[in-house]
Amino acid sequence: MSAEPVLQVRNLRAHIGTARGVVRAVDDVSLDVDRAQALGVVGESGSGKSVMAKAVMGLLPPRAACSGEVLFEGRDLLSLPRKERAQIWGKQIAMVFQDPGRSLNPVVRIERQLTEGMRRLLGTSRSEARGKALELLSEVGVPDPERRLRNYPHELSGGMRQRVMIAIALACEPDLLIADEPTTALDVTIQRQILDLLRRVQRDRGMSLVLISHDLAVVAGRTDRVAVMYAGRLAEVGATRSVFDSPRHRYTHALLEATPALDHERNAPLRLIPGSLPDPTDPPPGCRFTARCAQVEDDCRDPGPSMALVGADHYAACTRPVAAGDVPLPVGGGSGGR
Amino acid sequence: MTTQSHAVAGVAAQAEPAVPRVRRTRSILVALAYGWLFTVIAVALLADVLPLTSYATPVGFPRQGPQWGSLDLLLGTDTQGRSILARCIHGARVSLVVGAVAGLLGFVIGTTLGMLGGYLGGRFDSLVRLIADTMLAFPPLILLLALSSILTPSVRTLLVGLTLLVVPTFTRLARANTLAWSAREFVLAARNMGAGHRRILLKEILPNVLPALGAYLPIVMAALIVAEGSLSFLGLGIPPPTPSWGGMISDGKDAIADFPHLVFIPALVIFLTVFSLNQAGDHLRQRFDRTLHD
Ligand SMILES: Nc1ncnc2c1ncn2[C@@H]1O[C@H](COP(=O)(O)OP(=O)(O)O)[C@@H](O)[C@H]1O
Ligand SMILES: [Mg+2]
Repeated sequence: MSAEPVLQVRNLRAHIGTARGVVRAVDDVSLDVDRAQALGVVGESGSGKSVMAKAVMGLLPPRAACSGEVLFEGRDLLSLPRKERAQIWGKQIAMVFQDPGRSLNPVVRIERQLTEGMRRLLGTSRSEARGKALELLSEVGVPDPERRLRNYPHELSGGMRQRVMIAIALACEPDLLIADEPTTALDVTIQRQILDLLRRVQRDRGMSLVLISHDLAVVAGRTDRVAVMYAGRLAEVGATRSVFDSPRHRYTHALLEATPALDHERNAPLRLIPGSLPDPTDPPPGCRFTARCAQVEDDCRDPGPSMALVGADHYAACTRPVAAGDVPLPVGGGSGGR
Repeated sequence: MTTQSHAVAGVAAQAEPAVPRVRRTRSILVALAYGWLFTVIAVALLADVLPLTSYATPVGFPRQGPQWGSLDLLLGTDTQGRSILARCIHGARVSLVVGAVAGLLGFVIGTTLGMLGGYLGGRFDSLVRLIADTMLAFPPLILLLALSSILTPSVRTLLVGLTLLVVPTFTRLARANTLAWSAREFVLAARNMGAGHRRILLKEILPNVLPALGAYLPIVMAALIVAEGSLSFLGLGIPPPTPSWGGMISDGKDAIADFPHLVFIPALVIFLTVFSLNQAGDHLRQRFDRTLHD
């Protein structure tokens, strides 16, 4: 933590214009991603995780607008000229998407999809890129890489496709890899393999990883720090152990209680907290969790909480934080310190 | 647990499940379809070297039925005593040229407009959509009638009219496909890595859009052949004496009660060609559209 973080998100707002009004998908989020560390981002579906990732990757639709700063190695991606940004995306920041069936080009062989970035961005020669592609496929655990290079995406299983996607993302040796729900489209046994693979390459390469998931179990054992998002805001952020062992924000607490024992082979549903997310076009004033929180008082709405240090490397934005050590249930952070 | 799995294994070893046999009638039909299309194209190309009397010269009494003996008389003669076989073969040229040229032109123009609209969005897209929707809302026959009353009937007029007719269909299809593909992650990633619009459209999107549109092409050609037939039937198609299948039906329609072959032979030729094109279209799509396998 001595060095400057790879990525610093500062007061990021990403609002999307729709027919129903302006969706405040990300609304004033500040966050650091440290070098060679894995950060988990969790929260219910619709809490703005993907929009935040897309804002960092410059993938938002044209009808979206951002404010704030996204500093990558000190340079603000939101205001950098297009040409310079193109040098960063793909080469220094890469992304793995949710559905590997949709993220690969169905009519292009794996070889070209793997080598294209290297050839274009790094100027690697064809034969060198091919050799590198073979290495990458072995690194991500694709058997018989020679043959796989000649395959089209539909000839691979879902798990293999996601491995290929990871290989493509790693091709230009990025400093930061963003994986948005990388295993949600896969079945459970494959999920675990892919997640472990991500953690392994992150450590082996000394790369930074942002692992986004609606599923706490996905993030629990495989990240150093975790950020909890709710309705476009950050609720809590801190060392993964600390957040899972002693959640301080009421939302995180409820979320953990609603999650069956982590690291259990199942898709943990997060929807068990009564109520639903507030209307993203017209969020309530102050804390956004008020409608579903058991401990609401007037100061939750006005002036509302702000992010405060609640423990060593542990921040929460809650007016009446849960007492430290009030553990909801035995939860999986246990296998975390691998 | 162990006993149970043993029992299951025992049953499985004895009884093979009865998988219903997949019928192959479809592939026979497809083969026949390709055979017919190949024959029609071959005779149309070779029309001038085939040992046939010219389509404009009478070869015997009018309205003779099909008969063995002479190649010219194989399918009989028309109301003016000309060889129906020769006219069918020369008519194939018109029908195929009209179908292929109008179909391809419509395909190219429509795909270009639709892809640009779907990809670029904004004002251009709104314009493209407006034009396509307007043209689709226009009754096709009225459009063609209007065109042929302004312009003199000729192969070129016919081509212009029929091309206009199919452009909006391809435009809409290409636009919808492009919209779906441009939202895909690999397109976003390519753009992110600094690929230009041209490169993305040509290398990432077009190869995905082509199979679906290309497979539609034979079906559109079939529709165009029918349209040409209908126009010629109304006397608005190819001017005589050049034969076309629709024109032949038109010539024979007054005598249909006494000499049905005058109408049925060209009608059968149209039917077989259109049917074969549709079969080929379906087959091509299954065969080449990789996006269907996902
Ligand atoms: N392209 C879009 N257009 C309009 N609204 C969107 C778009 N993408 C996301 N949103 C809205 O933004 C909010 C956050 O969505 P998202 O970031 O996808 O959630 P998450 O990834 O956490 O499940 C949701 O209310 C969603 O409806
Ligand atoms: Mg998401």
